[in-house]
Amino acid sequence: MSDIAIRVQGFSQFFGDVRKLNALDLDVRRNEILGIIGPARSGKSTFLCALNRLNDLVRGSRHEGTITIDGRDIYAPDVDVVELRRRLGMVFATPVPLPRSIYENVAFGARRAGVSGRERLDVLVRDSLEKGGLWEEVKDRLGTSALKLSGGQQQRLCVARILAVMPEFILLDEPTSGLDPISTMKIEESLRRLKKDYTIILVTNNTKQAARVADRTAFFLSGDLVEVGPTPQIFTAPADQRTDDYLRGKFG
Amino acid sequence: MKRLGPRVEEKVARVGLWALTLITVGVLFFIIFFILRRGLPVLSLEFLTANPVDMGKSGGIFSTIVGTAALTVLALLIAAPLGVGTAIFLTEYTWGGPVTRIIRFGAECLAGIPSIIFGLFGFILFVTKLKLGWSILSGGLTLAFMLLPTIIRTSEEAIKGVPPAYRQVSFSLGSTKWQTVTRVVLPSAMPGIVTGIVLSIGRSIGETAATIFTAGSALRFPTSIFSSTRTMSVHFYILAREGISMSKAYGTAAILIIAILGINVLTYYLMNRFIKKYS
Repeated sequence: MSDIAIRVQGFSQFFGDVRKLNALDLDVRRNEILGIIGPARSGKSTFLCALNRLNDLVRGSRHEGTITIDGRDIYAPDVDVVELRRRLGMVFATPVPLPRSIYENVAFGARRAGVSGRERLDVLVRDSLEKGGLWEEVKDRLGTSALKLSGGQQQRLCVARILAVMPEFILLDEPTSGLDPISTMKIEESLRRLKKDYTIILVTNNTKQAARVADRTAFFLSGDLVEVGPTPQIFTAPADQRTDDYLRGKFG
Repeated sequence: MKRLGPRVEEKVARVGLWALTLITVGVLFFIIFFILRRGLPVLSLEFLTANPVDMGKSGGIFSTIVGTAALTVLALLIAAPLGVGTAIFLTEYTWGGPVTRIIRFGAECLAGIPSIIFGLFGFILFVTKLKLGWSILSGGLTLAFMLLPTIIRTSEEAIKGVPPAYRQVSFSLGSTKWQTVTRVVLPSAMPGIVTGIVLSIGRSIGETAATIFTAGSALRFPTSIFSSTRTMSVHFYILAREGISMSKAYGTAAILIIAILGINVLTYYLMNRFIKKYS
């Protein structure tokens, strides 16, 4: 089996006449954490949403080029988008718990996928919360509203929620941008643990975070992939002057 | 003129706004007090449970209560699914193109049409053309058309108020469009949708012009949706205008007001429980 999980070839994303991604070529390897850094509006989030086809929901969205997962084109007409999205769990920048209980938030995706039965769901919810590193804090109040959790807890709930759908990939879109350092640390710990079983793509506007957790790092700028490589190399000896400038804080 | 100091200005604003609120609430209470003072003494168990006798001069108003309830329930059974369905379609299933705008514009125009026009339309279409006669069915259909724009508008606003992030999350967790609408969007929009429906119930119960032309004014106890019936507001109108019995008229008005207040209180109570469950 190839260790390339996702292969992006000449992929461009348009919204109406606006081009947000320019002919990207990028491979994502199985069980790695790929960090994506770059200034605001560089196309990082758009890239994530191209992978799980959330871009389809935007009016006037179209693309060129291909993205394949395990060799299959995810934009092929016979692809079941709902099924695809279950394979790629996504965590957004601001934690968005649905207005339901903690339990029901975690069970949400699984229920939509047809998982039923109290016992199966109980096990799944517990499992997912444990993997997301939240179980100990909420095990006595699963029935209370998820909106009452703190920001950091909500974000770990969002991680647990996607784990309950049994994805293969975890896409994180600046997951700690609104969190305090301790909550951030907890999320990063979870990610290192999860790497064993999942392939993770972490978009972050905090370059230090990429340096801490990513195996490889990609630098995006204005919809272009400037370069991608092993994290230490990107941070110590970037090939492109623009990467160097960004990491030194000359812009962004 | 010398400008007032900020403290004085603040005080004047406070007192002024207070007075305006007081006037609003005062007028409301005056109307309720006025009706209830004349209406309450008439009320008795018999008034509620007996059918009108002698054109309403004596007896109770039971058949008109049943008639009003039947019309309102029928109108809502038709208008609520249609209206909420249309709102879902307009907000979730279209991109806001010209067709959507035309439908929305149409609904808005419909909302501004006086109810007596709806009455006339219902009379021509349902009562005569479709030969349904003066009946609960004709009246219910007419009321449904009248309530539709309100329900569409309020439901649309409620659905638009649901944070887009909820939809994104739902889709990203592998929900279908329909699951997203029914499991995420509608529960979150429910308080707003229910508010619109409650407003419609109030309008429906109080409607006179549209029902007198379509449901008629029979005092007999209605036995099916093809029976003609007289609603409480029509009964009140006829009693008062024909000078049949002012006391019975006020009694009817009192029941109308109590019913509408009761429905409002009950719905908001149920809604609060619903909101607690979902947040």
